[in-house]
Amino acid sequence: MKYLDEFQNPELAGRLLDEIRSTVTRPWALMEVCGGQTHTIIRHGIDQLLPDEVELIHGPGCPVCVTPLEVIDKALEIAARPDVIFCSFGDMLRVPGSDRDLFQVRSRGGDVRVVYSPLDALKIAQQNPHREVVFFGIGFETTAPPNAMTVHQARKLGIPNFSMLVSHVRVPPAIEAIMTAPDCRVQAFLAAGHVCSVMGMGEYPELADRFRVPIVVTGFEPLDILEGIRRTVRQLERGEHTVDNAYPRAVRSEGNPAAQAMLADVFEVTDRAWRGIGTIPASGWRLSERYRELDAEYRFSVDGITTKEPAACRSGEVLQGFIKPHECEAFGTLCTPRTPLGATMVSSEGACAAYYLYRRLGTTPTPQEASPVV
Amino acid sequence: MSDTIHPTPGGSTHGAPTPADRGLPTVDISGWTCPAPLRDQPRVVMGHGGGGALSAELVQQIFAPAFGGEILAQLGDSAAVSLGGVRLAFSTDSYVVRPLFFPGGCIGDLAVNGTVNDLAMSGARAAYLSCGFILEEGVEMPVVAGVADAMGAAARAAGVEVATGDTKVVEAGHGDGVYLNTAGIGLIPAGVDLRPQRVVPGDVVIVSGDIGLHGVAIMSVREGLEFGVEIESDCAALGGLVDAMLAVSPDLHVLRDPTRGGLAAALCEIATASCTGIVIQERAIPVPPAVANACAILGLDPMYVANEGKLVAFVPREHADAVLDAMRAHPLGAGAAIIGEAVATHPGMVVAATPLGGTRVVDLPLGEQLPRIC
Repeated sequence: MKYLDEFQNPELAGRLLDEIRSTVTRPWALMEVCGGQTHTIIRHGIDQLLPDEVELIHGPGCPVCVTPLEVIDKALEIAARPDVIFCSFGDMLRVPGSDRDLFQVRSRGGDVRVVYSPLDALKIAQQNPHREVVFFGIGFETTAPPNAMTVHQARKLGIPNFSMLVSHVRVPPAIEAIMTAPDCRVQAFLAAGHVCSVMGMGEYPELADRFRVPIVVTGFEPLDILEGIRRTVRQLERGEHTVDNAYPRAVRSEGNPAAQAMLADVFEVTDRAWRGIGTIPASGWRLSERYRELDAEYRFSVDGITTKEPAACRSGEVLQGFIKPHECEAFGTLCTPRTPLGATMVSSEGACAAYYLYRRLGTTPTPQEASPVV
Repeated sequence: MSDTIHPTPGGSTHGAPTPADRGLPTVDISGWTCPAPLRDQPRVVMGHGGGGALSAELVQQIFAPAFGGEILAQLGDSAAVSLGGVRLAFSTDSYVVRPLFFPGGCIGDLAVNGTVNDLAMSGARAAYLSCGFILEEGVEMPVVAGVADAMGAAARAAGVEVATGDTKVVEAGHGDGVYLNTAGIGLIPAGVDLRPQRVVPGDVVIVSGDIGLHGVAIMSVREGLEFGVEIESDCAALGGLVDAMLAVSPDLHVLRDPTRGGLAAALCEIATASCTGIVIQERAIPVPPAVANACAILGLDPMYVANEGKLVAFVPREHADAVLDAMRAHPLGAGAAIIGEAVATHPGMVVAATPLGGTRVVDLPLGEQLPRIC
């Protein structure tokens, strides 16, 4: 923990902030891609401490938020089947589908279990040979390798009652989609360090060149974020647009070749719908044809689902950085963590949840009002 | 959307009778906080037992109106009642922890200490407990004996007598081995009046030591997670510590043991009930490195993790040093720390000053915290 504490050191943070303040001469709009970074920024009040010229735009990098409603509805339908044990990471349970969530499926008798690893789901399949065990495999490049390995293991061990509902998404096509959107204001990216620790940085130079945007690979602790911002602002002020690694303790430029090989074995690139955004070409992974019998969509025939997204929800605009969460009319009124209209309000990495949890605008005191007493 | 629990689309499963068919009351939830996904949720979900907003709503909307009475409406950890001119604290709690035995304790001493502590939060030293066993058919007799022995030992250590009890057995598959209920009564000393309504701006907030130990200890064994070091529950009876505090300041304003929902829920409840604001300094909150590490891995906030041997006190500023000294002189308060103060601004809201100098809102959790995807 001492190691982590060092990345939350207030004195070092102060020095980085001073450097950012002395570097910036005009307004810049930076997008942090990852929802984990958004939560660090809001939870630690980093956005309050930055000079006014530096605006942080929250990106689409929350895996729970961008999982398409159709996939959520498929998950709900599979999970409600009496012969199924449905396994998922915890934060998917509260994500609203068209008319219910996984908690509600469980309260009606569905066997929905929270697991901490896809391999736990595989164990449950081995222990329950007469039930179908389905793991909800979602997320970015970060969670894709262990999910791929689990599918590989299920095949290798010959576990017939295990399958995976897969909805993985890839970051670089999302960056491309954001930069080609007509209203795009983003001038630089803080890239998601965990994604780069798997995939490396090879996909970014072309994007940085084509869109003339600095891309700085950034970690998740407060000092990581501030260092990423410092390097990004320095590039912007100098008119540069290179790919820079501000997270070298976790990211090598080539990434993790073993994980990449596992991904290539099990998944294939596909077009993927992003909740609130729409379909982005080549932005996702699905199980490859060779693993089709382990694909829950194939095994359970859950086609023909009609989805129903609340009209008032503007999470798509939030995910693309067009509006801040509190600029949505439903924020904090119709839409709260217990009454989420969209996944961005319920996911632990969602921008709307971060604003609701940590920043009730208009009521949250400024740092000066909340003066230290101890 | 339906405003009543009966009848709702899908409210009846497998042709089962609806609540109205069974002569049960309809429940109008239109006045509850939420109109969205839980809006037409006619069933209890796990979050209703999580000690957060859902639990509070269940009590406020169903139980309190059904039972009536001014004492219950105060919604304290224990009720302060007068009987024959004597002021008594009266409390009950049920224990459904899994596994039954965990590092640092078991369901038996938890059931004794939990009720003893609920009474202690009224300033009362527990005198008599009742004990209800709900046993699952098939549970091994040595398990029952182990739980009972632990209860006896905990009761003797707390200076309380288990004076009455009850045993029921449910069919195999209808329980987790052993469920316990304990109720307790104790005398409230003259001049002691502990309730949130007594909190005033300027009160100092003190926590008795490291937070998050019980919740992480349970999680580590329940989910088979290893965090590098064994984390033991802080399960303990706090009557002696409260005595020591009252000896130096009979005018303590409120005490609360931050169990389910953790320190955050306890502070939020006090802020709401007292209509004062609370500002806490995040850096001052004692979080053991092992708990911080485990929470970082799981994406949880230690402030929301359960404790079973800690208390949070609101103390008049002029008594704060004496109370702190008295707490630190007691083995269960050795790690006591001042973490914040009550303020006149932002009534009803808890705000944390972050180590970096920003602020954030600390909100009542919805239900249980969910480990996040990555």
